Amino acid sequence: MPLKTPLRWLRRNLVVLAGLFTLGYLLLPNVVVTVFSFNRPRGRYNYAWQEFSTEAWRQPCGVAGMCGSLSLSLQIAVWATLGATVLGTMIAFALVRYRFRARGPINSLIFLPMAMPEVVMGASLLTLFLNMGAQLGFWTVLIAHIMFCLSFVVTAVKARVMSMDPRLEQAAQDLYAGPAQTFLRVTLPIAAPGIAAGALLAFALSFDDFIITNFNAGSTVTFPMFVWGSAQRGTPVQINVIGTAMFLLAVVCVLGAMAVGNRRRRRTG
Amino acid sequence: MTTTTTTAATRRTGERGDVRLTGIGKTYGSFTAVHPLDLTVPEGSFFALLGASGCGKTTTLRMIAGLEEPSSGTVHLGEQEVTHLPPYKRPVNTVFQSYALFPHLDIFENVAFGLRRRGIRSVKKQVGEMLDLVQLGEQARKKPHQLSGGQQQRVAVARALINHPKVLLLDEPLGALDLKLRRQMQLELKRIQTEVGITFVHVTHDQEEAMTMADTVAVMNAGRVEQLGPPTDLYENPRTTFVANFLGTSNLLTARTDSVTGEDLVVEAGACTLVLPRARCSAPTTTGGEVLVGVRPEKISLTHAEDADTIPDGRNRVTGRITSAGFIGVSTQYVVDSPVCPDFEVYAQNIDRDPRLVPGAEVVLHWNPAHTFGLDAAQSPLAGTAEDAAAGGEGTGAR
Repeated sequence: MPLKTPLRWLRRNLVVLAGLFTLGYLLLPNVVVTVFSFNRPRGRYNYAWQEFSTEAWRQPCGVAGMCGSLSLSLQIAVWATLGATVLGTMIAFALVRYRFRARGPINSLIFLPMAMPEVVMGASLLTLFLNMGAQLGFWTVLIAHIMFCLSFVVTAVKARVMSMDPRLEQAAQDLYAGPAQTFLRVTLPIAAPGIAAGALLAFALSFDDFIITNFNAGSTVTFPMFVWGSAQRGTPVQINVIGTAMFLLAVVCVLGAMAVGNRRRRRTG
Repeated sequence: MTTTTTTAATRRTGERGDVRLTGIGKTYGSFTAVHPLDLTVPEGSFFALLGASGCGKTTTLRMIAGLEEPSSGTVHLGEQEVTHLPPYKRPVNTVFQSYALFPHLDIFENVAFGLRRRGIRSVKKQVGEMLDLVQLGEQARKKPHQLSGGQQQRVAVARALINHPKVLLLDEPLGALDLKLRRQMQLELKRIQTEVGITFVHVTHDQEEAMTMADTVAVMNAGRVEQLGPPTDLYENPRTTFVANFLGTSNLLTARTDSVTGEDLVVEAGACTLVLPRARCSAPTTTGGEVLVGVRPEKISLTHAEDADTIPDGRNRVTGRITSAGFIGVSTQYVVDSPVCPDFEVYAQNIDRDPRLVPGAEVVLHWNPAHTFGLDAAQSPLAGTAEDAAAGGEGTGAR
């Protein structure tokens, strides 16, 4: 049966193959970025392989304005994450735990920023800021980012809070924990995975947002705006260096989290 | 019916760990979950609140814990009034129905939680001792989800008991366990209660559980305490049809009061004349008035009609025909069709089995008049039975 054997092999390994293909599809762009971070381009564009060089890695800030925009983006992302996570967590708790007027409409309106096209949101925010006479820059970008990150945080935290047994908090109160202690010792730790998921989403969304930021940044330049701008005039290799570094950082974080989780499971199991 | 236990007497003696509910009630909008009731749980006793789901027993328990604000009345623990104290300031602890163990903390930290919240630093020894008491010393570093249902239940008990509460409240603590484990845990809880001597208030819908464990049982129905007393008393001498049917099984016949002779009440049910002690009749005994006559199935003897003349005098007799006989090992459960009651239940011990007692056989049911009780005929004779529960209650309570 010469035909049957490879068919059987395929059937047995289909899931693995599909997984590998998906992974390849997802990671191929990252591989290209990484490879070209070691390129020494001739001319202004880093689109064709010329020769191997570690020059860009040795001087990551060698391009005027790039590291400034990177640090600005990181600052905005951190503050936007903080703001959106705190506000979003409180909104999620309010929506799940309390019955108040307009709770229904708020519940649906909170999803609007997720559904609305970014161009529309960016343009209307700009109109709003201009009418208020606000100075475009760091603060307008931060306000815009908190606004669109909020709905993602609310969604992530809400799912977690909804699945929480209210008796856990009653049990804490029954065991001499006052309202503050109950929140810190029981509610928050149990809601933490949802809050963390929301915060990570918020950070990622804020860090690489271009459209809304571009509308509301004025003369301020964030990292995505810098990349976009330089793509018009020529792409420095350092952009690939930053991209690769971000990717590696994320991979290390994920592996670290997995290792901690595994060790904890092994210790308690 | 509200059970009024003398609050004045307990107030004088001033017991420290008793629970005193005075006129306590709870309403949600127009729905009355608990009608104002008075209840005293003596210190160190094992007290059970027994009733079907929705009867107000859990609400009563939660009002003692402080998790529910009463609409009226007061709660006293010993000499201290705690009606408006938040739960974290009350010297009571609760074992929740689903255990409510903290999923993010291990067993040790779950048990230590109450101690730590009260600012106690060195908890290791106490937690260790408590885990040994519930035989979980080995599992201290596991997370709750890694334990079986029975083990989780014991953690919940340990977590509450370690605080030495004045009162331990148990909200259907064995409801999630299978039958065999439940039996085992009943004995375990009873052992722990005897050992620590703390007042236990136990909420359950399982009448057997309440009777095996509790010193005193309060039977609740539709937000009211129907009857309160030691289990044997409730079983032998029920005062309402709900109690008669909810605790075990009762045969209830409608009868008419014929005469009162000394300590006895003579009633007529159809063609039968039955006698019952006046003291065991909770209905008004006016001649000619209706009364429900009850007798437990295991009190009745079954004799084949041919041997009717061997039955001693002075016993209550009812004739009938066996419609079904179910053999269950230690006993046989007969259903007898009699003129006074179409499905008279009889449980006969399998000591000497009469081979003639098969479906279709004509029989005489007879029992000692002292085992007969009388109830007010104004109530539904079906209250508290399975058919009643299926039909949605007897309709006297606020639902």
